[in-house]
Amino acid sequence: MRVTFTVNGREECADDVWEGESLLYVLRERVGLPGSKNACEQGECGSCTVYLDGTPVCACLVAAGQAEGRQVRTVEGLAEGDRLDPVQEAFVESGAVQCGFCTPGLIVQTHDLLERVDRPSDAEIREALAGNLCRCTGYEKILDAVRLAAERKAATR
Amino acid sequence: MEFLRPTTWDEALAAKADRPGAMPIQGGTDVMVEINFDVRRPEALLDLTRVPELRTWSLEDGRYRVGAAVSYTTIIEELSGPLPGLAQASRTVGSPQIRNRGSVGGNLGAASPAGDSHPPLLAAGAVIEVESRDGGVRMIPAHEFYLGVKRSALRPDELIRAVHLEAATGPQYFSKVGTRNAMVIAVCSFAVALHPGERRVGTGLGSAAPTPRRALEAEEFLRRELDWSARLDPAVLKRFGELCARAASPIDDVRGTADYRRHAIGVMARRTLTWAWNDYRGRRAA
Repeated sequence: MRVTFTVNGREECADDVWEGESLLYVLRERVGLPGSKNACEQGECGSCTVYLDGTPVCACLVAAGQAEGRQVRTVEGLAEGDRLDPVQEAFVESGAVQCGFCTPGLIVQTHDLLERVDRPSDAEIREALAGNLCRCTGYEKILDAVRLAAERKAATR
Repeated sequence: MEFLRPTTWDEALAAKADRPGAMPIQGGTDVMVEINFDVRRPEALLDLTRVPELRTWSLEDGRYRVGAAVSYTTIIEELSGPLPGLAQASRTVGSPQIRNRGSVGGNLGAASPAGDSHPPLLAAGAVIEVESRDGGVRMIPAHEFYLGVKRSALRPDELIRAVHLEAATGPQYFSKVGTRNAMVIAVCSFAVALHPGERRVGTGLGSAAPTPRRALEAEEFLRRELDWSARLDPAVLKRFGELCARAASPIDDVRGTADYRRHAIGVMARRTLTWAWNDYRGRRAA
């Protein structure tokens, strides 16, 4: 089947999509956006987190056909040209990236948290990121990065 | 495989009547896992995300009608006051991403004994509204809905439309055992709901039997023995825990042993009843 949807502000059309295919597969293999990572395929790890109509979801659990006509925003759509989003900058500066596999999902999920909550408490950060696993276990630096991004975003408001 | 996309409830019922083998999909948090892992290859997927009414809830005569596709996130944000047990259970589902997509309707459709919403639905006395094109509407009490492991009273041509719950008239609590605080499929779980008007306590056991179930003997015991104007008698509390544990018929599996589950059900039963009783008596637990 054909699936037409908007990704990062651009209309995309994928043909010959299998009906059981996930949005994640379409993004990575058909649209050429490999930022969202494919790890667990069961919603356990959060590496494929994207915005679907403004709500963070695991792209591996969205059937491709369910994205028809919808708005998707991936990690590739957060930067403005060469200017990284404050969340991305904070992850780089805090050393919150080790192997990097969990990073895109964490960045999208953090981006959503900071859109909703100005200065999240540590408990709120942990709760928001509970579904994003880092197998390098670099959680302390990840928390540092979220706090740094929150401060910077709050300062520019 | 086919991909069916009804945009109204009637279209959805027609699609299900014509293709009983079609697998309904809403948030995909169960269905897509099975497809991704090649556990299931339904002849068709029936996408319900384009039927807007399923995502809405309403209040009719003191009764909440929660559309099958109302997300756990929405239940937490909008229904914590009137439906505290269900909202507490919703908070323990998966992760924020999963709660944004998952719904009580999906939990019911999957009918896993470990589904988090089942115990509070049982304890609160929820009724499930299902419908088919040819058979019309059926209102099924939650305790008659679960028939076996991942089997429910839903007929092949029926779809789950909504869940009906009375606004809580007393404290409700949910408790769940797992290896961490998030992303956990229940080792076992327990829900309690006080119904002071009827001098009745509702219960719900999760992941402790082939189906979610009530602890009927324990409920009956409290109906006889509970003094609603007094402190909770420790002997009554202890017996309640024992009877709830006895209501379980768990198995050994990768998440835990049967013995552990039976024990944990007793502990959670005592704890949740204590919390609820403290609230009811106007005290806060220390």
